[in-house]
Amino acid sequence: MASVTQNFMKLFRGSSGGPEANSPAQASQKLTRRSSGLGELARTWDTEKSLCVLDLGSTSAPNIRHFTARGHRIYSEDLLTASTEPGLVTKDEQGNVVLDSRKFLADNLMYPAAHFDIVLCWNLPDYLDESLVRPVVGRLWSVMKPGGMLLAFFHTRDAGPDSPCYRFHIVGSDTLEMQRIVLRKEARRGPTGAVHTAITDGFQLQRVFNNRHIENLFRDFASIKFFLARDNVREVLVVR
Amino acid sequence: MSAPLTGELAQIGKSVVIKGDLSGSEDLYVDGQVEGSISLKTNSLTVGPNGQVKASVEAKGVVVQGKLEGNVAASDRVELRKSAVVTGDISTQRISIEEGAYLKGKIDIQGKAEAKTAQK
Repeated sequence: MASVTQNFMKLFRGSSGGPEANSPAQASQKLTRRSSGLGELARTWDTEKSLCVLDLGSTSAPNIRHFTARGHRIYSEDLLTASTEPGLVTKDEQGNVVLDSRKFLADNLMYPAAHFDIVLCWNLPDYLDESLVRPVVGRLWSVMKPGGMLLAFFHTRDAGPDSPCYRFHIVGSDTLEMQRIVLRKEARRGPTGAVHTAITDGFQLQRVFNNRHIENLFRDFASIKFFLARDNVREVLVVR
Repeated sequence: MSAPLTGELAQIGKSVVIKGDLSGSEDLYVDGQVEGSISLKTNSLTVGPNGQVKASVEAKGVVVQGKLEGNVAASDRVELRKSAVVTGDISTQRISIEEGAYLKGKIDIQGKAEAKTAQK
């Protein structure tokens, strides 16, 4: 799988639109989409009490309101932004530039085992650096309760390499509002306090997983269910 | 600055570094560095854009424009402005988060009774 995905990475990297593609108008535009995976998850959080939810997308006030209004606990952790920390950049044994997954997991996703009932991954695996994907999924497995559910979105090949990265706001039981993420170019303090600029102009699609890759990625989980959407995205609901 | 001020205001400028426990009965604006704890039970804390606070915070209201690392217990509300970088758990009655704010932690929205109990 690694070689296939790395080929896609090579294909996609450097081919995404430049800064002009991330105009303020595009960034502020909000799109609405139906989500079958969200609808299925909603049946859980609408019927069960005091769930523990982990939102791995950009910090979203609507999502926080959505869960706290239902009496659930929500944790927010923006892993994509955390992955832009310059201190993570290192080289592997072959001299390739990679991100240090051990350091990343020492600073992020530090929760007790079997803590979460629901994990909202959104499109994280498609945009996260290759060196972090498997370690992050492994850590998610350990912090999820048995029977806990994880929702993730994967682009199909038809989506193309320039598919924008979105933040997701829950606005209905099966409805999401999507807003394009634009990385600010000015220096800002990262999660550890270091002042830095992002290591890329924006979050770019890193690879396209096919169904077998997705099954392989979540092979330690109990079950996996695919929902094919019209916008070249597969929604995946995984049960720990 | 548009903090929810309730009266007198104490300011910690951006060149000031304080280590220790801060408490008081007036609003506090921190644009410097504070490490320790901050207790303003009936007043508000604003962390300015240059502010770097590494402390547990108890206050009526908390507005963050800079960096705050530590747990926050606010009896009324928490506002995270777009430049905010917050690492820690937040318990409050109301929270507003501007787009672009970074938050890593648990959010616990409490009713009035719970918030008052937590403040005691």
